[in-house]
Amino acid sequence: MANKIFVYIDHFGGQVLPASWEAVGVARSLADQLSSGVTAVVLGHEVEGIANQSIEYGADQVLLGDDPELKDYRPELFAGTLSHLAAEAQVLILPTTSRTRELAGMVAVDLETGMAPDVISFEIDGDAVLATRPIYAGKLLTKVVCREKRPQIITLQTRAFPKPEPESDRSGEVVRVEVVIGEIVTEVTGYKPSEAGVSLADAAIIVSGGRGVSNNPKLTPPNEITDEKEQEIWRSQQGFALVRDLAETLGAAMGASRAAVDAGYIPYAHQVGQTGKVVSPDLYVACGISGAIQHLAGMRTSKMIVAINRDSEAPIFKLARFGVAGDLFDIVPALTQALKERLGK
Amino acid sequence: MNIVVCVKQTPDTAATVSVEDGVVSWGDSPLVLNPWDEYAVEEALRIREAHSGQVTALSLGPEAAMEALKLALAMGCEQAILINDPALEDADPLVVSKVLAAAINKIGEVDLVLFGRGSVDNDTGITGPQVARRLNWPVLSLVADITSLDPEGRTIAVERMLDEGRQLVRGPLPAVVSVVKGINEPRYPSFMGIRKASRSEIPIWSTADIGLDEVPTPAMTWPEIFAPTKVETECEMIEGETPEEVAARLADRLIEEKVI
Repeated sequence: MANKIFVYIDHFGGQVLPASWEAVGVARSLADQLSSGVTAVVLGHEVEGIANQSIEYGADQVLLGDDPELKDYRPELFAGTLSHLAAEAQVLILPTTSRTRELAGMVAVDLETGMAPDVISFEIDGDAVLATRPIYAGKLLTKVVCREKRPQIITLQTRAFPKPEPESDRSGEVVRVEVVIGEIVTEVTGYKPSEAGVSLADAAIIVSGGRGVSNNPKLTPPNEITDEKEQEIWRSQQGFALVRDLAETLGAAMGASRAAVDAGYIPYAHQVGQTGKVVSPDLYVACGISGAIQHLAGMRTSKMIVAINRDSEAPIFKLARFGVAGDLFDIVPALTQALKERLGK
Repeated sequence: MNIVVCVKQTPDTAATVSVEDGVVSWGDSPLVLNPWDEYAVEEALRIREAHSGQVTALSLGPEAAMEALKLALAMGCEQAILINDPALEDADPLVVSKVLAAAINKIGEVDLVLFGRGSVDNDTGITGPQVARRLNWPVLSLVADITSLDPEGRTIAVERMLDEGRQLVRGPLPAVVSVVKGINEPRYPSFMGIRKASRSEIPIWSTADIGLDEVPTPAMTWPEIFAPTKVETECEMIEGETPEEVAARLADRLIEEKVI
């Protein structure tokens, strides 16, 4: 039995992104349905541990490209290697991350084949994968298929598929492969930590603030801040501090609406919505967010939405499971306190 | 610097998008320059202002996409080119990247190609990297800051916005760069710019014009476009005499629902 269902394992700083295990789970079920096996591809430096983990999560075979040159992700190098390894695959599955979206696209060019990103579900149609993916930021969905060319390449939207449980007694084979090193033209000179703290993409809980965070009438900016815009920013910082306390209590990532980002309250890395991050957490808490269509498009697939907003007619309540029509400056700190007591923090 | 900025016309992000018989429509909402491409145009203009040279806005699309190119011209691009060919109606990303790469080769002597990180319609976010691969140039995607650019030394250094933070990368020119929001604040077109743009003739290139004798067959087809099932959510409003009472009830409900 050839192991024709390939899955690419994305990792950063020695840690595998949970979305990669979701991809292994999908590869496993696809392989079982198509009577094939799962080949995981692990590229990096000192990543043998990740190769072994891939077997525990469901791979039958791992192609391990371990080389100092692969220490930092660089698209030209990783794409060249992956294209070489996956040329005979039937399906190549990747998680969708800030590395793998382009990686999958470049491999598709190398192998002259089709690629569908952000896949949220799929069915098998003959020997092809008929994949469903969002367009217009999820306002619509489309089914896409690559009928003739192989491999078919899909990247899975993070958290759209369950993460399998690792089984330590699973067996599989790790094969070390030569990395195809063409001309290396880029150089990674360093990293800076994320402005967003916890990554929005794979967060189970997200607490977001909107334009409303700067509207606390009870606050008076310090005398030395006289500029009106600076006063507004100061107010927003006090508001986001409350949102951050709630996020930290829940171990959540902090998000924001476009209105809050455009007003200069918080860096773009936090933006949820059509021109920001499209997210799908278990719990999304929207504080002072009215629910513009662009924002709703980016978070509507959250499993549960809680809305806290002064205006009980705001569109956000139409998507919410629980709503509080009230002042976020009163409710959010009280909620943080109530949760701290109940969660023993 | 000879800069090409690839742009697309899309519906406005505020549009309510619907589909009937496989045809997508967006009501009275205007078609606009893809919001992410505005950052790419702005960055191209800033580079041109700092290093001289010229900026060409390039688009593949229907004739109506002229309007998006006119906006790019009004912002300050020197020229615009529309690729329009009936043979490209069902183009998938693989075909689009082939066409754009051929057009960039035809423009010739290009130092830098800029893209927005994706388009707000099909949202694949792979066109820039795919074009780079076709041209065999390095791609620097998701760029939040171009920290240095040396046209003589033929190098570019950028900060890329990854989920985990920023990655600092240096590479050679020519290169393909895709930019994210936050890299700049796009300018509004000036009155003079709008006037100039409205008078300019935008050339239309066919696939034959860019040397593609044969348009490749798309690898992907999309047999069905549909609206997501509306999730009926009954919003349970949490009420109480004091914020503390409301908060306590909400916290209890969240714990009952096992989401925290």
